[in-house]
Amino acid sequence: MDPELIKDCVHCGFCLPTCPTYLLWGEEMDSPRGRIHLMAQYNEGAEMSPEMAGHFDACLGCMACVTACPSGVQYDKLIEHTRPVVEREHTREPRDRAVRALVFALFPYPRRLRLVKPFTRLNRRLAPFLARVHPTLGALAELTPPRSRTRPLPSLVRARGRRRARVGLLTGCVQGAFFPDVNRATARVLALEGCDVVIPPGQGCCGALSLHSGYDAHKFAKRTIETFEKAGVDTVVVNAAGCGSSMKDYADVLADDPGWRRRAESLKVRDLAEYLVELGPVAERHPLPMTVAYHDACHLAHAQGVRAQPRELLEGIPDLKVREIAESAICCGSAGTYNLFQPAPARELGERKAARVEETGADLLVSANPGCTMQITAAMRRLGRPVMPVAHTAQVLDASLRGLGAVR
Amino acid sequence: MTVIDRLDALFPPDRVITDPVRLRTYECDGLTYHRATPMVVVLPETTEEIAAVVKVCAEFGVPFVARGSGTGLSGGALPRSDGVLIVTSRMRRIISIDLDQRRAVVEPGVTNLAITEAVRDRGYYYAPDPSSQQICSIGGNVAENSGGAHCLKYGFTVNHVLALEVVTPNGEIMEISEDDFGYDLLGAFVGSEGTLGIATKITVRLMRAPEAVTTLLAAFPNIEAGGQAVSAIVGAGIVPAAIEMMDALAIEAAEAAVACGYPPEAGAVLIVELDGPAAEVESQLAEVIAICVGTGSFEQRVAASADERAKIWKGRKSAFAAVGRISPAYIVQDGVVPRTSLGEVLAGIDALQVEFGIRVANVFHAGDGNLHPLVLFDDTAPGEGHRAEIVSGRILDLCILHGGSITGEHGVGVDKARYMPRMFTDADLDTMQRVRCAFDPGGRSNPGKVFPTPRLCGEVPRVRKGSPGEIF
Repeated sequence: MDPELIKDCVHCGFCLPTCPTYLLWGEEMDSPRGRIHLMAQYNEGAEMSPEMAGHFDACLGCMACVTACPSGVQYDKLIEHTRPVVEREHTREPRDRAVRALVFALFPYPRRLRLVKPFTRLNRRLAPFLARVHPTLGALAELTPPRSRTRPLPSLVRARGRRRARVGLLTGCVQGAFFPDVNRATARVLALEGCDVVIPPGQGCCGALSLHSGYDAHKFAKRTIETFEKAGVDTVVVNAAGCGSSMKDYADVLADDPGWRRRAESLKVRDLAEYLVELGPVAERHPLPMTVAYHDACHLAHAQGVRAQPRELLEGIPDLKVREIAESAICCGSAGTYNLFQPAPARELGERKAARVEETGADLLVSANPGCTMQITAAMRRLGRPVMPVAHTAQVLDASLRGLGAVR
Repeated sequence: MTVIDRLDALFPPDRVITDPVRLRTYECDGLTYHRATPMVVVLPETTEEIAAVVKVCAEFGVPFVARGSGTGLSGGALPRSDGVLIVTSRMRRIISIDLDQRRAVVEPGVTNLAITEAVRDRGYYYAPDPSSQQICSIGGNVAENSGGAHCLKYGFTVNHVLALEVVTPNGEIMEISEDDFGYDLLGAFVGSEGTLGIATKITVRLMRAPEAVTTLLAAFPNIEAGGQAVSAIVGAGIVPAAIEMMDALAIEAAEAAVACGYPPEAGAVLIVELDGPAAEVESQLAEVIAICVGTGSFEQRVAASADERAKIWKGRKSAFAAVGRISPAYIVQDGVVPRTSLGEVLAGIDALQVEFGIRVANVFHAGDGNLHPLVLFDDTAPGEGHRAEIVSGRILDLCILHGGSITGEHGVGVDKARYMPRMFTDADLDTMQRVRCAFDPGGRSNPGKVFPTPRLCGEVPRVRKGSPGEIF
């Protein structure tokens, strides 16, 4: 835990109101300022006690504090450096270790995820039973969406009209397995905006899950870089916020290896909305007469600073109104694997977010991260009120570009 | 039976903190220069729970300190290593809002901004606005009598608190209100920095949002020219909602932190906000712009939208923490001078910078002469911290010399207790002590703050020979 980065914190407390765990518990140790203080204590020789580890584990890594900090404290780096120390020095209960092993053996592997998918139909009925075995298993069962048909994506989607660019598309693990329609919509939108979309088959995990949990992400990062290098693209468009943010960090992850670092630096990573705004719209937008609530995914808004672009794209659709969700800077509790390993606070945050979403009275919730989509949907279901349909920005744009508004 | 045993019996385990690592995260508030690890931290959720803790403290003769969000800048919430830290951050309910009576009742852990956010869409707001308003708690605002940029026109916390429910240092629950007859206990309590008890419910005044608000950013070649503009504006009989000034160094920091886009070549910027009926605001704005141009302003920008206004304010409101971008460490000072002495005091601060080789960035509520010099230093350079301390103290001497005060809004706390004798005579301090003793004879409520030398209330204040009018 880098003392130089810790020193940047002047203890002003401006981060507190944006920290989800501080909102829940009102405790200093569960705020960014408090956690930085704990890191400093560790550096001074305090041991990684179960109490200390617990406060780091309770951090969602949502990075809202990074946005809020006037002193420019790089809490993202600090917590990312802290998590491996927790993994190394803190011994978890055998049960916890087992479920962690299960999650990390499953999620970063799209093929394994596809294998378990047929069972997801049983999940919701099994959830209460699984929760008694381990809360993480209960959360896992509750969160997974119903089965959807996966059709293989073509390895190349040609630009419609004049070709303006050639980009790679990351298919992701959860996105690819549970929301395949989002990838199809993304490819169509890019093609309609004049991009040749290269979709290398057999992509693995980008490493986000490991990176954000303190596990080694080198292997995943190198594989992903290699995949896109071989595909001959220098820009990769990503439609999952968590993946985009970790891919933008590749140069940091691989900093120790100059060769790989250079390769990481020459790979341009762009979030879909960010990329489309940079490219500028050419395809015709057809009207979508509806009201949407736009949800800021933390790894998009806080980690990548992408806030204006998705709103700009949505507002560019005729007849579509965008409503803001109150407390938009506060995490929904999904946060990668957080809702699996910390199900209790995650549920509370999910329900808080679901209530704010409902207050907007919108027809549709737009969320650009598969984790958030599953989390908020599950929370709406728990609250027992009508579940607002959720779509990815790409799907809304796709509907507008293809003129599907009238069908709705 | 110890204090901790008793607290364990009163609270669920997650609301009594005794783990040493956890306790240390509470060792300081927004002023990190002073640190002390509390014996125990409790997180009460009701008035009755606070009263119960205070009674336990009374029973064991143990001191207690109240803390809200821990953002204070004078160490007012510095814990006692032999005492209980009572943290109100879980008491954050807005109990009632009564727009007919224009008041709201809130718990002490509610943040300043949360009150405004709760009533904004109905056209109301809570006026005092410390720069930390998004996180500072209203309980802390009451303790410190906090101000903010808009206090020039609308007054401090004391002008906006209508009633309080307080837990006295012996654990009684008491209500004080501006409607009470007799002594102004509300006036005594607000700004007492935790030495008279703990506010547990606060009734605040809600203000009707003005019809029009306009914000002007005026750039000046130097701080003297900006100062002249301030005097001229106030001299013309205009009472802006706020007049804020920042010097070049503060502008540089704010730009680095939030990219507020102030004119980069400015030696000083003035932020003037006017509010009220639209016609009045319009005519005053023209007058203020003319005054600024007349005193040497080379650029004036009027915010055209709420977003632009927010952007102008963002630079100012994040200025303290933003200084972290241009200096490894700094001291936020808080002093007051008569507006007419502004120029001389600033010249004095310049001289100190040269004498000690220490940079000072200036951010201030220019309208009411409340200076916030930020004394920059490198805490790894030997001796620099000490020199910065000296400069910081000398700035307060300058304030006193010009008939000002050692604090405008951050409070005395632990940090400035030592400067109190420079400003007050022994007789003044003894009188204040008597007020404190009337509330807290055991000296258990936030001891060691405000007064330079702690003294038990039983002790007879010193008699100074030959001074007439002594009562002892």
